[in-house]
Formats: sequence, structure tokens, C-alpha cells
Amino acid sequence: MAITSPSPAMVAVEAVQLLFVLLFAPVLYGWIAIVRAFLSNRTPAGLFQPWRNLLRLFKKETLLPEGHSILFVLVPPAFFSVIAGASLLVPFLSVSPLLAPVADAVTLVGLFSLARMTMALGAMDVGTPFGDMGARREMMVAFLTEPATLMILFTVSLWSGSTSVPSIIRSLSDGHDLFHPSLLIAALAFILVFLGENARLPIDNPTTHLELTMIHEAMLLEYSGPLLALMEWGSMQKLLLYLLIGIDFFAPAGIPEAPTFLSVLAGSGILAGKLFLLGSGIALIESLFAKLRIFRVPEFTALAYLLSTLGFLLHFVLEV
Amino acid sequence: MNERPFDEGGLCLIPSEEGIPRALLPLDLPENYLREARFLKSSGARLKGIWGATSETPSLYAAFLLKEGLVVLSLSLARSTLSFPSLSGLFPAAGRFERTVRDLFGFRPEGLSDLRLQTNHGLWARPPLSDPDNPLASDSPSSPPENYPFVRVSGEGVHEIPVGPVHAGIIEPGHFRFSVVGEKVLRLETRMGYTHKGIASLFHGRSLAEGARLASRISGDSAVACSLVFSQAVEQAAGIAPSEGSRFVRAILLERERIANHLGDLGALGNDAGLGAALSLFSRLRERLHRTSLTVFGHRLLFDTIVPGGVSASLSASAIGHLLGECDDLTREISQLERIYADHGGLQDRFQNTGILLPEVAHLYGVGGVAGRASGQAFDARVDHRGDPTHRFAPALSLDHTGDVAARVRIRFLEIFESLIFTRSLLLHLPEPPLSMALPDAPEPREGCALVEGFRGEVIGWVRLLQGEVLESVHIQDPSPLLWHALEAATPGNLVADFPLINKSFNPSYSGTDL
Repeated sequence: MAITSPSPAMVAVEAVQLLFVLLFAPVLYGWIAIVRAFLSNRTPAGLFQPWRNLLRLFKKETLLPEGHSILFVLVPPAFFSVIAGASLLVPFLSVSPLLAPVADAVTLVGLFSLARMTMALGAMDVGTPFGDMGARREMMVAFLTEPATLMILFTVSLWSGSTSVPSIIRSLSDGHDLFHPSLLIAALAFILVFLGENARLPIDNPTTHLELTMIHEAMLLEYSGPLLALMEWGSMQKLLLYLLIGIDFFAPAGIPEAPTFLSVLAGSGILAGKLFLLGSGIALIESLFAKLRIFRVPEFTALAYLLSTLGFLLHFVLEV
Repeated sequence: MNERPFDEGGLCLIPSEEGIPRALLPLDLPENYLREARFLKSSGARLKGIWGATSETPSLYAAFLLKEGLVVLSLSLARSTLSFPSLSGLFPAAGRFERTVRDLFGFRPEGLSDLRLQTNHGLWARPPLSDPDNPLASDSPSSPPENYPFVRVSGEGVHEIPVGPVHAGIIEPGHFRFSVVGEKVLRLETRMGYTHKGIASLFHGRSLAEGARLASRISGDSAVACSLVFSQAVEQAAGIAPSEGSRFVRAILLERERIANHLGDLGALGNDAGLGAALSLFSRLRERLHRTSLTVFGHRLLFDTIVPGGVSASLSASAIGHLLGECDDLTREISQLERIYADHGGLQDRFQNTGILLPEVAHLYGVGGVAGRASGQAFDARVDHRGDPTHRFAPALSLDHTGDVAARVRIRFLEIFESLIFTRSLLLHLPEPPLSMALPDAPEPREGCALVEGFRGEVIGWVRLLQGEVLESVHIQDPSPLLWHALEAATPGNLVADFPLINKSFNPSYSGTDL
């Protein structure tokens, strides 16, 4: 697909997409915390608590640990930018945003890997045992989930014959039957991958204070103030982006083809509804399951890979 | 207490109305001390604590628990040497107690190979409890306080993870040194004493009333156990027994403390396994128990409810009704929670085969309490030594043999149910309103000791009273030092990430009564 000359509407949609991800990611985090609190008889802190936390962190001074290198300081902005950049590639307010030609699913996986690698480097830079331990575990989870992620991508791209996200959305939202067994199985696999990639239960406990059990949090232990805020904010965006990718692949109904003001507005409404619903689902999973023993993670990711492969095969058995 | 409890190898412990049978055995010669310790070891005794005292003569005390009761050996040390024979060859747990005695009193353990600093973190130049006139005591031990020499494990790929004393969560300070290969723990060594409170000095010269207040404030989770063991020791020294009503109320208070703490531990165990909802469900019940304690006994954590000679709280008919109703509600709700825990696959997967404390290791370190009973150590002071009122409605012994986290969880549930049944029986048969008895004064110094089954395990107490009801020395010892040994033994072979769960299942106190 050739790059068409950018129309003002498309630029506007891209800008709105970025703003939406930046602003809404902490709100979604707050929503998940609210549902979790509700499910465990606690009083929730409110929808905007993550925002309050971020603003508080931005106001704090930056404390740097002994023995850090420049890498330690560069990682948070790099991580944040990579994730924010990825939000330009995931179409959710319009099927084909400006950067659609590069909006390839494999590119996205690569960007997330890049973000993860920068974070792991930052964690290992200071040389504390917790940072190393977190980075080590994060890489283990990552390399175990990545095959499943790619297999899911291949399954959903079987309809379009391309891994370009806009063409996947188009092929899935027009013409075909509403119910695809292959997609259903792939969606289940995607949920497992999502939980693993975003440090949620049962793989990692985002609310724990036990430093020896942490994966994601262990990598952030040495960060403070604005640098920590960037890392946290980036992670919240990553969670939102994963959900948006999931929506693109498995529930794309309501994403407008042509970006007009009204269609974008309606699309955002439908999208927010889907996201709140998914957020509640995550909270439910997190309330019902205990954290897996760390060496059970391979079994969990193997299940994700098995499901995605099954979905892939089912496409040829049942749907072609 | 000058009778010799050992008579030609036979045992003669003085029975008591309320507590367990106990004996204080004064010894003058180190050889006799060693001989008695060997004899106790061969009789299956478990070491519960070693401490010192500097009254007119510097003395060393060692408490042992037998099936028959509590035996406290007291050895007078020679002023010229201040040395005592180490029991570490007989009882592996003795070493750390003896190092603490050396750090605090300046006594010298003979034959102890591990001479690293224990309680002294470099904050004092001379042992703080030593006799200021004795120049021997000021010789500080060898190794420098900074760079505590942890035992190194060498090998390919072995590295150390230092954790604490400042932790990521808001908990007490303690240092853990893990030697690991990948995720697997090869060795764990703990270092405590960051919260040494100097309780021994605080007791010195206090009146009994002040002492009782202090005893209930040593450890917030064991307020009843500590003040009960203090009061029983004082009562033994004074030669009185509390009234029947007081004994009933004391037993009820002790069970309330046990139930509340077990509920807290169970919730925390679920939370550490990632099941946050469990924590809120258990916390709710525990909070309810605390609030009832506040309305009925005047304090959420039951501070100051037990005084030497009796109790300070009495139960009205309406309060009894309230407590009975609470027992029924708790039984019902905890049964439901127990089923949830037992049926939760993810939770049981984390609990089972994690942190196994082998029965022989538990026996070696003399581990009692929940941790001991989960590893086949059939000891429970309430069951073994049925004083009054326990013998009338004795709770059943909760025992398991797998020794993993799951077993410690099961033991806690079983004990809660037994405690609820026991409390119920006590409430239904509560005799006349409790009376506090006055303590008779005596001109010469008197000593007393006691043992109480707290929620962690056996809490021991020892007091030395001077004329005019003045406390000269007091030692209260909770089982945490032994539980740290148990934790160190149970952790190797497990994953680093499982350690918080294992630690929580033992729940040793970082501060202890005064680590």
C-alpha cells in the first residue's frame, strides 16, 4: 500500500488516538482497580487514582541510585516513547489511520519487545539483585509468550492474507460469518498472552509488595519520581494497547472506516464501553485466580501456544 | 523453689493449678549444667530459650520443655571468668541464644564455634546488661559489626540475594541472605536484631503493675500470651494461684488472641499467593473480633486485661451472650472460607509441597506451635498439660505430618475451630466473677517461671522478684528465634519467589519478644 497524501482528518484522528491512549490508559487502570476492590469487599480509591499517583510522582524530585549509568536515565523516556509510538500504529478510531501502511502486527510485536528490552536493560543497569531478578523473569515470560503471540497473529491474518492490521480488521468485519471457531480459540490464547505480557495475575501480581516474587515491579524498584511515573504510565498504555489490539482482532465492530467527527465520536463511545467491559473481565480473572508458581509459567504459556496453534489449524479444517 | 526436681534421674516437677508443671533448678558448677542438659536431651526435652541475669551473682538460665513440664536450669557463673559451657552441641538452636547472651551480658560461651555478633549491631561498646564493675564483661567480641560474615556458598552460577532490613512493603526490619542458583534457593541465613527494644532493662526496678503493663506491650500480636506468662511466673514466685473465674477469663483471652492472629495469617497467606480477596475476607472477620474485644474487654488487642493475681476484666451476662453469638458466626463463616481455600486449585498448588519442614528437623530445633504441629511434633501446652480450666474441655491436638505450607494452613484452620469450641465451653461454664488476688510480700528474692501456648508456639517467662514487689529481672521469650531456624531449614530447595509464602506460613516475629 502506497502512502497517500495525509488528509487533515486523518492527522486529526491520529492525534486523537494518541491523546486517547495517553489520557485513558490510567483511567482504565483505575477502573480495573475499582472492580477488583468491589470484588474483594474493599472501598475503591476512585477512577482517577492512577492519575493522581502519576501527577504526584511527576512533582517529586528524581533520585538516582548509586552506580547508575546514563542508560538508567534514558530508559524511561525511551520506553515511554516506544509505547506511545505504538499507539499511532494500532487503529482503533479509524480502520486505516495515517500510519496504516506501517501498521503491521509483526511491527507491533517488535515494538513491544523493544520496549521490554529497554526496561530490562534499565533494571539491570544498577546491578541490584532485584532488578536482575525481575529482568531475568520478564525475559523468561516474554520469550515464552512471544511464539503464542505470533501464532495468534498468523491465525487472525489468515482471513486477510496479510499481517497488516487495517486489512485484518477489514477482512474480519465484512462479509464473513460472525462466528469463527479459529478466532474464538485464538481469542482465548490472546487472553493468556495478555495476562503474561502485562504482568497481571496469575503470572505476576501488580499490587504486591513482596520484592522476591515480583517480575514487573522488581524492574522498577530503583526508579523514583518522574522517571518512575514515565515507566508506570508507559506500562498502563501498554495494557491499553494490548486490549485495543485484542478488540481490533476479535471484536472490531464499531470501528469507523471513514473518519468523520461523528463516526469517531460514536466509535470512541463504543470503544470505551468495550474497554470497561474488558477491564472488568481482567479484574474478575485477577480476583479468582491465585498467582502461579513461577515455574508453572511455561505451562501457562504452552497452553496459550497450544490454543493459538489449534486456532490456526481449525481455520483450515473448518473454515476454508 | 529450692527443692531439687531431679531425684536420681527421676523427674519431680511441681504441678500448678493453672499453668503447666515447672521447676527451677539452681546449679553452681558448669559440669552439672552440662550433665543436666544432657540428661534433658536424652529425655526428649526441647530447648526453648537461654538468657542471662546479673543480680548479686551473674547467672545463666536455660529453659527446656519436656512432655512432663517446663524445666529451667539456672547456672551461677564465676565472676572471674564469666564463662559457661555452650549447649550448641546438644541443641543446635542454642548457639544464637548464647550469642545474644554474650552480646547483652558479656558472658562467654565455651565451646561455641559460631562467635559472630548477634544482637550487637555495633551500637554499643560494652555489653549493655553487663555488670559495670566487672572488667571482664567489657571485652567486646571479635568480629566487626559492619560486614557481618554470612556463610558463603560457592559454585558455578551461585549468587547471593541480600534482602532487607528495609523491605519494599511496610513490614518489620530483618535481613535475609539467599544463596541461589537461578530461581532455586541453596541456603538462607537470617539476621535479626534491628528492632532490639531493650525489654530486659525496661523491666528492671519496675513495680508489678508497671511490669504487667510492659509485658502486654512487648509484642502487639502476643499481648495476652506475654502478659499471661508474666503473671503466671509472678504468681509462681509469690506462691499463689489465681481464682477459678480468673483462670477461665484468661483462657478465653488467650484463645481470642489465637483466633484473631490465625485469621490474620490465613488472610495474609492467601494474599501472598496472589488471592487478594482472601485477605479482605479474613481481615473482615479479624476486625470484627478486635472490635468485640474493644467493647467487651476494653482493648482491641487485649492489652492490660491480665494482671498478676487475676484479670482486670469481668464478663457480664450480656457480654457472654455477645461472645457466644460471635463464636457461632465465626464458626459458620470460617467454615465457608476453609472450603474455599481447600477447593481453590491455584492456591493449593502454591501451598502444597512448598517449604517443607521435615519432622526430624523440627524435632532437632525443638520447633513447637503451629509450625511444629504441621511437621508431626505433637506438642501443645494446652493439650499436654491440662491445667485448670483446660482439662475440663481440653481442645483436641491439631496435628499434620506433611510439614508444607498447606499443612500449616490446615493446622491454623483446625486450631481456630478447636479454639472456638473451647471458648464456647468456657463461656457456658463461666464460674463466679473473677477476683484479683493480692500478692503476699516476702523479704528474700523469689523466682518464678511459666509457659503459655501462644498463637505461634510456646512463650516462656521468668521473673525474679525483690522485696516490696519490685521486679529485678524478667525474661519473656516467644518462639520466633526457633521459627527463624525452622524457616532457614525449610527454604532451601524452594524457589526464591515462594519464600514470602513460606515465611508467612511460619510467621516468625522480626522483633520477637526481644530479638
